[in-house]
Amino acid sequence: MDTSKVGKEYPAFEYEVGREKIREYANAVGESSPVHQDRDAAKAAGFRDVVAPPMFVVVYSAGAMGPAILDPELGINLMLMVHGGQEFVWGEPVCAGDTVTTKATLEDMYEKDGRKFYVFGSVSTNQDGQETARATWTNIVRGG
Amino acid sequence: MNEGDAIPELRVTPDRYLPHRYAGASGDFNPIHIDPEFAKNVGLPGSILHGLYSMAQVARAQTEAAGGDPGALRRLSVQFRGMGFPEQEIVVTGTVREVRDGVAVVETEAAQGENRIIRNAEAEIKLGG
Repeated sequence: MDTSKVGKEYPAFEYEVGREKIREYANAVGESSPVHQDRDAAKAAGFRDVVAPPMFVVVYSAGAMGPAILDPELGINLMLMVHGGQEFVWGEPVCAGDTVTTKATLEDMYEKDGRKFYVFGSVSTNQDGQETARATWTNIVRGG
Repeated sequence: MNEGDAIPELRVTPDRYLPHRYAGASGDFNPIHIDPEFAKNVGLPGSILHGLYSMAQVARAQTEAAGGDPGALRRLSVQFRGMGFPEQEIVVTGTVREVRDGVAVVETEAAQGENRIIRNAEAEIKLGG
């Protein structure tokens, strides 16, 4: 396995957080708190605007992770790829109106039990330079 | 929330169209989640749930255990194992392993019946904030 690409950094992806997108996401995953729907409820709870549920991180970082996973230099066979593990560490909450920038890095790759592991890291920061989330994405490719 | 306490169980049954709504909300339109024929052609029994949807249920259980503050969940790490399916109830359970400096560390998992779809998950929840 050619591990020369470990450490490779991918272009930053900027995501503008919309109120309706937070509502749509919260509804899809069953996050029913009014702070994900209503600006006044969010403000009363101390947030700047409608606040995203923590797992909304997958929405604003997807645009950074896609090109990393599809990187032709890595040649990951998507048909054989499964999402093996995931970690998020959250910082500043993300609210409607924020702009979140995410940078992805190939942190590690290795072979174990005939499977290839690709470990990506990502760091997301808001428009004020505050870290909103840091993530580790582990993808496993079976066989080939 | 004290050491050894169970967190309140979260139960949810995603309906058969949930993966479509989650695909739209998340932007992940991988056909194994929304096209049963495609899923069968690649050897799956049918459409499967997005792993990150299931992880979002584990996250929600922690937030609810913390009293609903969306800022309470500080960290969540999971391993995806069994596949999750629509129209089957997901049960998220968890136990507080330790409480230190106002942060509870919870060992948690999600299962559909005997099928443990998320295992070895660990959450850190900020208490009283």
